[in-house]
Amino acid sequence: MSDLETHKYDVVVIGAGGAGLRAAVEAREAGLTVAIICKSLFGKAHTVMAEGGVSASMGNVNSDDNWMVHFRDTMRGGKFLNHWRMAELHAKEAPDRVWELETWGALFDRTKEGKISQRNFGGHEYPRLAHVGDRTGLELIRTMQQRIVALQQRDKRDNGDAESHIKVFAELTITEILKEDGKVAGAYGYWRESGEEVLFQSPAVILATGGIGKSFKVTSNSWEGTGDGHALALKAGGRLVDMEFVQFHPTGMIWPPSVRGLLVTESVRGDGGVLTNTDGVRFMFNYIPDVFKDKYADNEAEADRWYNDQSNNRRPPELLPRDEVARSINSEVKAGRGTEHGGVYLDVSKRLPADVIRKKLPSMWHQFKELADVDITQTAMEVGPTCHYVMGGIEVDPDTAAAVGVPGLFAAGEVAGGMHGSNRLGGNSLSDLLVFGRRAGAGAAAYAHANKNQVLSDATLLNASNRLNAPFTRNGDENPYTIHQELQQATNDLVGIIRTQTELEDAIVKLAQLRVRAEKVKSAGGRTFNPGFHLALDLDNMLLVSECIARAALQREESRGGHTRDDFPKMDSKWRQVNSICTWDGSVITATTQSLPMMPKELFDLFDPHELEKYMTPEEMTSVSGNEGGA
Amino acid sequence: MSDSTKTVKLRIWRGDSTDGALQDVEVEANEGEVVLDVIHRVQATQMSDLAVRWNCKAGKCGSCSMEINGKPRLACMTRMNMFEEGETVTITPLRAFPVIRDLVTDVSFNYKKAMEIPAFQPPAELKAGEYRMEQIDVERSQEFRKCIECFLCQDTCHVIRDHEENKKSFAGPRFFIRIAELDMHPLDQLRNRKRTAQEEHGLGMCNITKCCTEVCPEHIRITDNAIIPMKERVVDVKYDPVAWLGSKIFKREGIL
Repeated sequence: MSDLETHKYDVVVIGAGGAGLRAAVEAREAGLTVAIICKSLFGKAHTVMAEGGVSASMGNVNSDDNWMVHFRDTMRGGKFLNHWRMAELHAKEAPDRVWELETWGALFDRTKEGKISQRNFGGHEYPRLAHVGDRTGLELIRTMQQRIVALQQRDKRDNGDAESHIKVFAELTITEILKEDGKVAGAYGYWRESGEEVLFQSPAVILATGGIGKSFKVTSNSWEGTGDGHALALKAGGRLVDMEFVQFHPTGMIWPPSVRGLLVTESVRGDGGVLTNTDGVRFMFNYIPDVFKDKYADNEAEADRWYNDQSNNRRPPELLPRDEVARSINSEVKAGRGTEHGGVYLDVSKRLPADVIRKKLPSMWHQFKELADVDITQTAMEVGPTCHYVMGGIEVDPDTAAAVGVPGLFAAGEVAGGMHGSNRLGGNSLSDLLVFGRRAGAGAAAYAHANKNQVLSDATLLNASNRLNAPFTRNGDENPYTIHQELQQATNDLVGIIRTQTELEDAIVKLAQLRVRAEKVKSAGGRTFNPGFHLALDLDNMLLVSECIARAALQREESRGGHTRDDFPKMDSKWRQVNSICTWDGSVITATTQSLPMMPKELFDLFDPHELEKYMTPEEMTSVSGNEGGA
Repeated sequence: MSDSTKTVKLRIWRGDSTDGALQDVEVEANEGEVVLDVIHRVQATQMSDLAVRWNCKAGKCGSCSMEINGKPRLACMTRMNMFEEGETVTITPLRAFPVIRDLVTDVSFNYKKAMEIPAFQPPAELKAGEYRMEQIDVERSQEFRKCIECFLCQDTCHVIRDHEENKKSFAGPRFFIRIAELDMHPLDQLRNRKRTAQEEHGLGMCNITKCCTEVCPEHIRITDNAIIPMKERVVDVKYDPVAWLGSKIFKREGIL
């Protein structure tokens, strides 16, 4: 392997979305050398698709907001399955992470006092989302990208070489985390452009690869969301926590077919959009769960008043957490009250004047006008649920983002699990990736300082190379595109919004068959920019991740957040006490359960005990309220 | 095949940096589909190794830039129903950048230019959280920050489209709006951004034909709101006949 392209870095960051870039900044500022690896061009990551905003309790619009309210909202949204420590760190640190972006050149929309403006969003008690119209994700990724460039410019000035400490490797896919003696020693992959293999030697690797949406048929995710980081961690001996929880965003476009799944931002509802069925009924009033009855209006008059007077009225039910709204839409369509294309109506045209809609929701206006010939200032949009986000992910230590069980591996952003429990609130993703991106960068830097000289054996490299080359060398006649479509159909039909035991069992059988067929995919053509070859490798990741989702979903016999079982339709306090854990032994995925870490008393005391009683067993209530010392 | 499905004719450029040619292909297209959809269908059914760059498929990431019937466009935002029935749609890679393979080009020129623009310089006296800016003041820069870096403006700009030799001294429209954005940022502390735009980044080579503005999928008024205002203000520093002419000929709206 003497002619193998080899790079040596203190820290390797896989993924160049918000979490990866924030991690890279932190590791660089700790004095280390950092490789940033992305499957796409620099600046194209899926973070760019985030629309609504980044949540942080800055209190710029309502001064009653603070980290404790944000923490409560996050735990409620996740139905108390969240890792309390992650939710706590996130709520406490999010404002600093947002303000820091301004010092790097970000330009958020402003309040009258000139502060960062904040908007309402589902599940957030106060206006909390810093935003730039409906293109907040673009602002965030561009700011981070430009921060990386600024650090490179500084290195050029100080060291004469812009890439002395940070280098971006764009259009490069990592296929394996390399380990030696049980610890991370690097990463192996290939240039998408040339197909040539590349080795990164590094004691610390940060996974920031985002989500898994491409395993599903209707999704808001781009081609990159193939669960690479989830699968890389599994294969390296990591553990995936709570994979059954998949967020179906309630409002995706559904017509025409080519745009099916494309996101319609929650800001449409935050800014006054209402959901109606084909009978013209504003149906969300019929779907307010008991646990949310105190916070949401049960009549149109009060809901409408809320937009102007939030102190004396309860919120409109359109702003319930995403899992509730997605299930409600699903039920309306099933009951025959859906549109001809299988969705419901979302209308903002009757609430706001046309020029205000174009100003507040410019990219939505643009998207519907150009892709569906619909003018949202005049008519309603047709929307339905779309696979948007996976709450589950790599089990990490909250403070350092270190992956449990794999020394030297770190994870942040969507690929990490625990933070959002069973359901993520809108706006908590951009803040998550900033807070934990920074922590992963710091965690990896501290680890790399102490573990500088990891060596790699030739055998490890040869194995990685053989696995990478399998689609060219093996025999078979399977088409990767066909298998991918069948996988998407299977997850759509059998592991979707509503699940049952028999369907999940069928899914596991079907996935096993697809895995056998995926072993027979032979790539046609050469190595240069060959998408058939790329998909053959991505398929392996999607199949692994989908099986984790199915197995974890089969295990959890209750309905909670982004996991709904038709055969176990109720939330069960006993299941709140456990997380699911998926592991991989090289041939079999196993799902087990693990006790949830116990919330310390000072956080427990932030809630009204009557609220907690809806989620916790009586024994838990007694034991936590007596738990003075914390967990 | 349903009523809304029909067969369309495409002519796709295939090849690499050494050689290539247009290839004719027929493929199904469904109602409401965009060029990227039919390219994907070609990929899945006929040419599994057809190279194309794409990501969000929603006009937000700026990856699927290519030339469609000779015009720089995003494939994900170009609907098939804009073409005549039976028309052959010609799809070629961006012409201003070197081809890697098929529809994928080497756009590293743009990342090199990005490195040459000095970053935002924050005010030393303000701590994070203390920034105060009026909405009206941030809006001018916000227009330019809508840029999705699709580089269609760079591709169409005739200063570099067929003049490789100009690339060294010309940053291109995407980076003129980056400079303008920083120049108009209410709190940026770096002085003389306009002058360096002229002296180091080739602003003077632009003769405001507005081709960049025409192809911008975000409808950023690159020429009117970024390039012309900067040109006007550097004439004191350096005489630029085009700016002078521009100020006489073009009607400019929305410039402060």
